[in-house]
Amino acid sequence: MKRFLSLFSKDSLGKKTIIGIPYIWFLIFFLLPLFYVLKISFSESIIASPPIAPLFEYDGDEQTLISTLRLSNYGYLIEDNLYLLAYLSSIKIAFFSTLITLLIGYPMALAITRANKRLQLALLLLVMLPFFTSLLIRVYAWIGILRTDGTINTILMFIGVIDEPIVLLQTEFAMYLGIVYAYLPFMILPLYAALEKQDKSLLEAARDLGASPAIAFLTVTLPASVSGIVAGCMLVFIPAVGEFVIPSLLGGESTLMIGRVLWDEFFANRDWPVASAVAIVMLAILIIPIMLFQNQQAKSSGE
Amino acid sequence: MSRFLKISLFAGFSFLYIPIFILIFYSFNASKRGAVWGGFSTEWYGKLLQDQQILDAAWISFKVAFLSASGAVIIGTLAAVVLVRMGKFRGRSMFSGLVSAPLVMPEVITGISLLLLFISFKEFLGWPQQRGIATIVIAHTTFTAAFVVLVVQSRLYALDKSLEEASADLGATPFETFFYVTVPIIAPSLAAGWMLAFILSFDDLVIASFTSGPGSTTLPMLIYSKVKIAVSPDVNALATIIVVSISLVIAALAIFAFKNQKQEH
Repeated sequence: MKRFLSLFSKDSLGKKTIIGIPYIWFLIFFLLPLFYVLKISFSESIIASPPIAPLFEYDGDEQTLISTLRLSNYGYLIEDNLYLLAYLSSIKIAFFSTLITLLIGYPMALAITRANKRLQLALLLLVMLPFFTSLLIRVYAWIGILRTDGTINTILMFIGVIDEPIVLLQTEFAMYLGIVYAYLPFMILPLYAALEKQDKSLLEAARDLGASPAIAFLTVTLPASVSGIVAGCMLVFIPAVGEFVIPSLLGGESTLMIGRVLWDEFFANRDWPVASAVAIVMLAILIIPIMLFQNQQAKSSGE
Repeated sequence: MSRFLKISLFAGFSFLYIPIFILIFYSFNASKRGAVWGGFSTEWYGKLLQDQQILDAAWISFKVAFLSASGAVIIGTLAAVVLVRMGKFRGRSMFSGLVSAPLVMPEVITGISLLLLFISFKEFLGWPQQRGIATIVIAHTTFTAAFVVLVVQSRLYALDKSLEEASADLGATPFETFFYVTVPIIAPSLAAGWMLAFILSFDDLVIASFTSGPGSTTLPMLIYSKVKIAVSPDVNALATIIVVSISLVIAALAIFAFKNQKQEH
């Protein structure tokens, strides 16, 4: 009853303000901008600053409003194979990178939960340090290692495994390496959070009842960590699809990724409407993974 | 711990750390050429201090990160309080969606969308006349606030609600309760959230590239343009300074948090 009455008291104004400030901020600076991308994706590119034609023009002689709404940017994305290939290759690269990251990250996360409490904190800190270290710098570190006169080639030539330096940089291999390397901490942290919550006595019970370690893992540990797997995979897959820095520094001309295509369309070609259309299609592809992630977030914060 | 888990942990950490150590190692290389070792030298560090371009960009990045982190703590803390303490209200599920989406949104989309917003603001409101530090700060505040929410939210869940209820029962308004009761208790996580936001803003290349203007080149933007041309030893030195200082800050924070936790128990 008290709570019900408080809805009508002066307090509810305070409550509305507390809700209102962050709500309005995210509406204006997160949601509204996405609608502008949608709007610009229907306009024409012109040589001006900014290089976008207005969607509606007022004709002074006829005294009418003329719509210049265009679907041509989307048509352009379909006509030119480059975009379709870039979307497909981004999804493929992000998918397999996520899978590899999961395969490397899962045993690491599990190993951390099995350590004693003090060591756990130290190991978690070791996972978090790269998480906080500039992605640009960590990707840059690989350039020095992979290039033809870099660390790997120098070592391999020194011990005589190869005579000629091999091309490692600007290959698809380098891209996978870069994405797995950069996003591994994003996978380990949610996996750890899920695995750590698990009741260890369940696993012991399974073992006592005669389950082999593999069966115990598959029937007890794995199912209980699904929330961490979903969160980790989404945290890697979604940003990886739109990744720009890694394809730009480690990928070659032949390894297409849509984030880089968008960047070039925007900065090099200055075709903002096409860049916007590229972004809208990317968002449409990612909307289901994003909703999956949000569901997971809502569930885990509801606990 | 089984042998397999131990080995994968060791291999995983080697994978994460060896590239960084190689980078640090070569920042002390006297030779300019690739992996060839030309003797120990701190020459590149000295050069950094004389490079006005780098110093200017570093100063801009500091200002941006400081302001963004401060903004993000305000917005993020309010958002966390709303999610944890405000119960049900109309538009709640949309709100939680708005707050968590920036965590995964590809940076190129966030970047281009905010740029287009600023362009349209300029047209209709006359502001911002020029993109620069202010526009980068707004962009960074928004995406780093989502991370602050994560940090503060988990602290609020662990927090005993009775103190706030007592304050409300004694006649405090929600604002008074928030500022005199909630904020002092969650202060450590506000500090952690601020640091996290500062680092994320300081590191960002993509969103800053879209929202910056003439004369507001941030440090990552400068590093990127240098790296695009060639690997240079002075970038190694600069990267080493950034990596080492961030690691020290995080380690200090973690130890602080650990001590705090021990005191509570």
